[in-house]
Amino acid sequence: MWDYTDKVKEHFLNPRNVGAIEDADAVGEVGSLACGDALKLFLKLDDNKERIVDARFQTFGCGSAIASSSALTEMIKGKTLDEALQVTNKEIADFLGGLPEEKMHCSVMGQEALEVAIAKYRGGPLPTHAHEHEHEQEGEVVCKCFGLTDGFLKKVIAQNKLHTAEQVTHFTKAGGACGGCIPKIKELIAEVLGEQLKESDKKPEKLTNLRKMQLIQQVLENDIRPQLWADGGDLELIDIAGSAVQIAFRKACAGCASSGFTARFVEQKLQELVSDDITVEEVQG
Amino acid sequence: MKEIYLDNNATTKVDEAVFEEMRPYFCELYGNPSSMHFFGGQVQKQVDQARQRVASLLGAFPEEIVFTACGTESDNAAIRSALEVFPNRRHIITSRVEHPAVLTLCRSLTKRGYRVTELNVDTAGRLDLDELRQAVDDNTAIVSLMYANNETGVVFPIEEVGRIVKEKGALFHTDAVQAVGKIRLDMSASTVDMLALSGHKLHAPKGVGALYVRKGVPFRPFLVGGHQEKSRRAGTENTASIIALGKACELAGRYLDDENTRVKTMRDRLELELMKLIPAARINGGGAERLPNTLSIAFEFVEGEAILLLLSEFGICASSGSACTSGSLEPSHVLRAMGVPFTCAHGSIRFSLSRFTTDAEIDTVIRELPPIIRRLREISPFGRELMAKS
Repeated sequence: MWDYTDKVKEHFLNPRNVGAIEDADAVGEVGSLACGDALKLFLKLDDNKERIVDARFQTFGCGSAIASSSALTEMIKGKTLDEALQVTNKEIADFLGGLPEEKMHCSVMGQEALEVAIAKYRGGPLPTHAHEHEHEQEGEVVCKCFGLTDGFLKKVIAQNKLHTAEQVTHFTKAGGACGGCIPKIKELIAEVLGEQLKESDKKPEKLTNLRKMQLIQQVLENDIRPQLWADGGDLELIDIAGSAVQIAFRKACAGCASSGFTARFVEQKLQELVSDDITVEEVQG
Repeated sequence: MKEIYLDNNATTKVDEAVFEEMRPYFCELYGNPSSMHFFGGQVQKQVDQARQRVASLLGAFPEEIVFTACGTESDNAAIRSALEVFPNRRHIITSRVEHPAVLTLCRSLTKRGYRVTELNVDTAGRLDLDELRQAVDDNTAIVSLMYANNETGVVFPIEEVGRIVKEKGALFHTDAVQAVGKIRLDMSASTVDMLALSGHKLHAPKGVGALYVRKGVPFRPFLVGGHQEKSRRAGTENTASIIALGKACELAGRYLDDENTRVKTMRDRLELELMKLIPAARINGGGAERLPNTLSIAFEFVEGEAILLLLSEFGICASSGSACTSGSLEPSHVLRAMGVPFTCAHGSIRFSLSRFTTDAEIDTVIRELPPIIRRLREISPFGRELMAKS
C-alpha cells in the first residue's frame, strides 16, 4: 500500500480538468500503453496566444499518475506559456504534498507532457522523449525500453539532484525494465555531478572584502562545520582580518590532538573555495 | 469500513479454531519439545499430532513432513538439498511463471555455474510437456515446478511432469503453496519427491511452513544445528504455529469439498458477471485448469493500481498483476510469460476467495467494479477510443 498524501488521494478520487479540448491550441502526449502510463494534455490559449486559459488531461496510469495530471492542469491554468515552462516536476510533487520516490516518474510525466505540448505548438524539436516517434528527438536514446534520451535524463538528474541509478529509475523509469542502460545512467550521473562540481568550484574573481567575508562564512557553515559535526566536533569563527581567518575549536575538536590537522583542512578548503591567499589560525576563544 | 477480503492468495485470515488451538502454547504450555521432562514432552505429543494432521491432508506419512518457517524456506531447502545430493548434476529445470521463492533462487544459482532452463507457458499459462521432455537430461539434478500459479490459479499437470522427470533420475520438487487446501493432493500415489507448503495460505498464521520429503529421497538439511526434525531442519520448533498448522490442515481437509463447490461457484459467478458487464475484459488462464478460488481478470486500457485504489474505497481487497513501481515496471512476469497483450497486462486484477467469502461480498464486487472500470476508461486516452468504437 502506497503512503499517499491526502492531497494525492483527493486529486485521484476527484481529478480536476479531465477530458479533451476540441479546439485545443496545443496538445502534448507522452507515455504509452506498453509503458504502463500515458498522459495526453490539452491547452487552450487566450486571444493573444500567450496565456493558458484552459488545461485538460486524459491519463492512463496509477493513482499518482492521475493525481499528478490533475495537479498539473490546476497549476498551469492562468500562466503564460513561458511561466508554465518553468513548472518543474518537483513543484508538481510538492503541490500534492509529496509523492513516494518510486512514483516520482508520474510528476516527471506531467512536466514532460507540458513541454511537449508547448514545443509542438511553437514548432521546433521536442525537448524530451516523445510519444510520437516521427518527431525529431534531441540527443541519443539511452533507455531503449522507454525511449529516453540522454538530454532528458541529464535534465531530470540535474533538476532533482539525483545521485543513484535507482533514483533515476524512480523518476524517469529509465532502467526499470530490462536494466540494460543502468551503466550508461551511472555515466550520465557522473557527468552531471562533474558539471555541477565545476560550477560550484568556480572561484569568484576579484573579491571585495565584504564578499570575501560572506563567502568564508558560507563555506564554514555549509561545507566545513557539517563535517566536524559528523565527528562530534565544531568550530567558531572568531575574526576575519583581510585574508587571515581566526577560528576556535569547540566540542570534540577543542583540545583534540589532531586539531592542527583540522585547522589545515579548514585552510585548504577555504583556499580552494574562496581565495588562494587565505590563512587560518587557531585561537583560544 | 468492513473489509471484503478477496486476496486470499496473498494471505488468509487465521481461522478462529486454529487460533484457539495454538493459544495455550505461548504462556502455559511453553515447554521445549526436545526437553526430557513431562512439561516439554506434552508439547512434543502435540507437535507429533500436527505432523500427523499435515501428512493426512497430503496423503503422506508423518515422518515425511519437515516443519519450516515458510514456503520460501521449504522451496530453498528442497532445491539446495537436491544440488548437494547430486554434486555432479549441474542442471536445474523450472518455469518462467514460478514464484520468486524458486525463480530468484534458480537465477542466482546460474552465477554459481548451474545451467537453468526456464520452461515456457502458452497463452493460457499451460506447460508444454514436450519442452520439458527435451530439456531434462542426465545432468538434471532437480525439476522444480509449481503445483498451481499464485497469480492465475493455473494448475500444472504435476503427475505427468513427475513421470517425465523420473525417466532421467532427477528429483522433482513442487511448490504447492497455493494448491494445498484448495485441491486434493495425494502423495501416496504421486511422482512428487518434495513439496512445499505454507501455513498462512490456508488459515494458519504466518511464519510456519512445511516441506514434504518422500521416504527414501535423499535429503541434506538447509539449516544445520540441533537434531530437531530428525536433523532435517535444525532450530527449536515454532511449537504454537506448528500446532496451528496441524489444525489448519485438519480443517482444510474438512472444507476441501466446500472449496471446490461453494467457493468455486462464487468464483465462477464473479467471473461470469464481470465478463458480462465489462467490455474489453479477458480471463488470464481462462483456457486452463485452475484453482477453484482464483480469478485473474484483465481490463484493457486501465491500470491495475488505480482499480485497486478505487476498489479499496468500498473496502474491497484484491491485488493487481502489475506493480506500478518504477523498480519493476514490467507487468507481472507471469502475465508476460503468457504473452498477455500489453493493452491489458497493466490492468489485471486478481480476486482470490476463501471459505470465509460470502455471496453478499461477491454481489458488492459485481455492483461496484463495472462503474470503476468505466470511470477509469473515461479518464484514459485509450479508453475513450475504445468507448467511441463500441
